[in-house]
Amino acid sequence: MSTLLRLATAGSVDDGKSTLVGRLLYDSKSVLTDQLDAVERVSRDRGLEQTDLALLTDGLRAEREQGITIDVAYRYFATSRRSFILADCPGHVQYTRNTVTGASTADVVVLLVDARKGLLEQTRRHLAVASLLRVPHVVVAVNKIDLVGFDEATYRALAAQVGAAAADLGLADVRTLPVSALAGDNVVDRSTRTPWYDGPSLLELLEEIPAAVDPSAEAFRFPVQVVLRPQGAARDERHRDYRGYAGQIASGVVTVGDAVVALPSGRRSTVVGIDTADGELHEAFAPQSVALRLADDIDLARGDLLAADDDAPVPTQDLRATIAWLSDRTLLPGTRVLLKHTTRTVQAVVRDVVGRLDLDTAEIVPAEQLGLNDLGQVQLRLASPVVAEEYVVSRRTGAFLLIDAHDGATLAAGMVGEPLAEARCPGRRPAQYAI
Amino acid sequence: MTTTTDEQARPVPATRRLTQLQSLESEAIHILREVVAEFERPVLLFSGGKDSVVMLHLAVKAFWPGPVPFPVLHVDTGHNFPEVLAFRDATVERLGLRLEVALVQDYLDDGRLRERADGTRNQLQTVPLLDAIGRHDAVFGGGRRDEEKARAKERIYSLRDEFGQWDPRNQRPELWNLYNGRHRPGEHVRVFPLSNWTELDVWRYVAAERIALPSLYYAHDREVFARDGMWLAVGPHAQPREGEPVTTRRVRYRTVGDASCTGAVESDATHVDDVVLEIAATRLTERGATRADDRASEAAMEDRKKEGYF
Repeated sequence: MSTLLRLATAGSVDDGKSTLVGRLLYDSKSVLTDQLDAVERVSRDRGLEQTDLALLTDGLRAEREQGITIDVAYRYFATSRRSFILADCPGHVQYTRNTVTGASTADVVVLLVDARKGLLEQTRRHLAVASLLRVPHVVVAVNKIDLVGFDEATYRALAAQVGAAAADLGLADVRTLPVSALAGDNVVDRSTRTPWYDGPSLLELLEEIPAAVDPSAEAFRFPVQVVLRPQGAARDERHRDYRGYAGQIASGVVTVGDAVVALPSGRRSTVVGIDTADGELHEAFAPQSVALRLADDIDLARGDLLAADDDAPVPTQDLRATIAWLSDRTLLPGTRVLLKHTTRTVQAVVRDVVGRLDLDTAEIVPAEQLGLNDLGQVQLRLASPVVAEEYVVSRRTGAFLLIDAHDGATLAAGMVGEPLAEARCPGRRPAQYAI
Repeated sequence: MTTTTDEQARPVPATRRLTQLQSLESEAIHILREVVAEFERPVLLFSGGKDSVVMLHLAVKAFWPGPVPFPVLHVDTGHNFPEVLAFRDATVERLGLRLEVALVQDYLDDGRLRERADGTRNQLQTVPLLDAIGRHDAVFGGGRRDEEKARAKERIYSLRDEFGQWDPRNQRPELWNLYNGRHRPGEHVRVFPLSNWTELDVWRYVAAERIALPSLYYAHDREVFARDGMWLAVGPHAQPREGEPVTTRRVRYRTVGDASCTGAVESDATHVDDVVLEIAATRLTERGATRADDRASEAAMEDRKKEGYF
């Protein structure tokens, strides 16, 4: 059975990212005749000798007119083994916003570096974002290997630099490979021009990377989305008294008979049924969408969270978090916002801006405010408790949005704790840790 | 160079791994439930086309054993395939849904809209759609990002102003699975639960779930004539001009829209499994093969979306 892998691309300007994505789509035969005709026509109109595969990822007219990419675009391609969702993140405009967005749902980040340029500060920043967002896998494609004469020493030196940077940033799984996006070497098919590289091509690598973590290794977490209580509207008489808590399992496994605790209330019960429209299940796991029935009629509503009784998080009204500030308004201490965490939205105030995260050094530097595309440490006070966990523990229960209560704009992407510091130095806990 | 921790090296047991279709289904159900929980008056666009049928099927599953907790809306161009309208009505009846219909014809009759020179009506849908949306704060659409390059940049939650306009330069970032549906009075949100599905995913899902579709999605004999490299059905909404000979062909439809500009493709696929094989092997995109309106220019869809189209 085919599985799904979500990837995000990252890279600097002119490192050939669009060409690589175009090549991946073209060589995996995901580009159809009419799309290719259009690209060939435009290439001819522009007086190009070769078809420019980068045009395959060209989007909006405004982008073509200005020669820039404005926004994250989503591409789809498939092989016999796997289907891929690719978030194509532009490298220059709104860099942090786009890369954080793409990385937030990614299983893999594919990062391009130019073999001629070596490891740039920009590359290190991309790696830092991948570590901060806890993307499980990173693939570094050393591109334009043809332009350095397929030189093994150049590649090895760069791969070693990438490896050192990745280790420093606490990235667990980073793989490198030499490619030429323009000529196609090692993108879909293995190249004969890099005999010193005996690893898989990029597409082969993407087919092999594990798509998910084993849910049985995680604690059970279930944010309640809606309570299903059809009463008189039930389409079947037998469901008049039905009461099920519908949601998508955020992490872990649940089995009929499991003891669970509702948070933040702390009331306990037992799972007596796991329902889907296709029938009852004995066991369900993340990220399945199901409805749970409980033995007791406890007070439980949207925004509450069911957790394993023997391994439950502690609700809190104080959060220390790393945020990516995505608004052009300035964030100052005292700013009031809405905080959306799992299925719960609460009022919050930014008590303190602790500092700004310098991606070049991966350290927090003192700062009193945050501006557009800044990453920073903040201390938040909430009007009512959320059942948050550290982002390094869970990308689902550790993530939140900050929203402008007045116009609804998404102001920030938040991660509970200091995920980058934790990744670099596991077990490290700042003294004033709030959770 | 590879560094891998023990934990990540441990394979996920097959019994605790979702297939691609299961992942997409779970994601779509999550989106449908989020909207019902956070909006007051959602509505689902339902034309009887395959994407809207699949979306409605997912809505049934998301709220089982309760009913689908919102009405459905059809923007009727008046250029319909009769079997699709019959399918629409039978589905609404079977599921006990409330159907709202916005008729393009009404707007033509009272002069609010005028017929286009080419006689096609897909582009005329925008105004009746916006009027019909009126009191709804969330509108489910079956749009998919693989369909078209402007749609590739669309969010799952797409905030629209009071004119329904899409502003690609001013979209909210969409992070994790945390959807931000807050909007001001007059604004509404278009929601696309099938954003991450491809045409092939839709057909595989139709096969796996045994979802009924209007008969014209499967191969049948029909009187057609060639125009703009497509087969158009002879009928009240499309008549051959001089030099467009009528022939009977074995065809099926890949998309269902305004009958005056939606083309059929030659096909022998009479069964859903045949269609899956056909789509897996096709060398043309769905819209490239069947939609005259998208061929108008490089940015035809982008322009329509900015005006409030889906």
